Amino acid sequence: MAASTPAEGSRRTTARSGPADLDRRTVLAGVLFGVGVAGSMVDLFVFHLALQWHHFYDRSTTAVAITADGFFHAVTWSITVWGLFLLADVRRRAPVRWGRWTGAVLAGVGGFQLFDGVVDHKLLRIHQVRYGVEHLWVYDAVWIGSAVLVLLAGLVLLRRARPDRSSARPRG
Amino acid sequence: MEHQHDAAAHGALGWAVLEVSVVAGVLVVAGAYAAGLRASRHRSPWPAHRTALFASGLVCVAAALAGPLADAARTSFTAHMAGHLLLGMLGPLLLVLGAPVTLALRAMPVRRARALTRVLRSPPVRVLTHPAVAAVLAGGGLWVLYGTDLYPAMHASPLVHAAVHAHVLLAGYLFTASVVGVDPDPHRASVAVRSGVLVVYVAAHSVLAKRLYAHPPAGVDARDAEVGAQLMSYGGDVVDVALVVLVAAGWYAATRPREAAGTRGEVVDGSRPRGAPHPE
Repeated sequence: MAASTPAEGSRRTTARSGPADLDRRTVLAGVLFGVGVAGSMVDLFVFHLALQWHHFYDRSTTAVAITADGFFHAVTWSITVWGLFLLADVRRRAPVRWGRWTGAVLAGVGGFQLFDGVVDHKLLRIHQVRYGVEHLWVYDAVWIGSAVLVLLAGLVLLRRARPDRSSARPRG
Repeated sequence: MEHQHDAAAHGALGWAVLEVSVVAGVLVVAGAYAAGLRASRHRSPWPAHRTALFASGLVCVAAALAGPLADAARTSFTAHMAGHLLLGMLGPLLLVLGAPVTLALRAMPVRRARALTRVLRSPPVRVLTHPAVAAVLAGGGLWVLYGTDLYPAMHASPLVHAAVHAHVLLAGYLFTASVVGVDPDPHRASVAVRSGVLVVYVAAHSVLAKRLYAHPPAGVDARDAEVGAQLMSYGGDVVDVALVVLVAAGWYAATRPREAAGTRGEVVDGSRPRGAPHPE
């Protein structure tokens, strides 16, 4: 799911902007924005700058991990921006179903935090939630637990805001 | 003693010549832009924001290469990095948005404008203005600068200094123009290609900043390197996000739904028709 995908997809579907297409684009816009914000801004502004739990670079990371992190950084910023432009695109074609979009954003944020908490922190050990604390598992449990809650809230909202006529099943 | 003094005086002379040439060069370019405005004043009005953007770009270039920041950059890595952000990223972006080629095509007599268009369509320009090639020139140049002994060398010799900075500015301009250029570009890459190259470029920039944080170039103090690397990372991000926004805004304007078309008079940047306009 690189930054180029929304552009290509929307180019192809520019001519078709039926309700189902616009609904799919609303959900895509929300998920991209949610994942992007969680990946680019929450981490930077909350954990690096405000709390200073994360470091710019902890010097223990391998070259592969730094490279992966660089791409990750570039992709998250990119999809944050593209998510907003996709939303603007839906908005100029039809009224936006804000419940659908909000559900998609929450699902994106929760899904990303869950991935970050399980894969990045625990399996790959790219970095930890906080350094030099005794009970790291508490931080991990809070991180992963809150991620699951946000993800579930997003999925519930997506389902409740599902358009009646749409046969497409909502996806998180 | 006498000799050392001579050498120092000689070195200072080299740096002074460099600064004077930079100021002269910036003034010549500003003068050329003003001449373009004057020569095309009988045509449709030139948007004032383009002139303002171009002028701001020249100020960025001048600030990076002459004056207090340029002086500090010879000893401080952080100041060097601030200069590079102005010279290689922000300055080129503002210059590109000033649309100098469009202005030149408006200002020139038809025959010369056609000649310029032919140059823009030529194979070498086509290769150089491909986003991937321009990204390698801009990003790869930085990897060479900080990964080899070029960095200490550029502070020992005004000539190497001038060559490195000319490369940073030109490659930065080329890359920015290839991704978000508003000037006519007969070979403009698709939105997908430009976004993809931009992602790789931003990633390379971010990876290089982390490497510099831990492995600064020879002769750079560790603390200075840490501050400079973070400046490179966060400052670069600001300009990079602006580039992503401009690519997306170009897509947004180009995919405007048909029923809304015509409600906005002026052709929006990025949706400009392919190929150079006829300068009639």
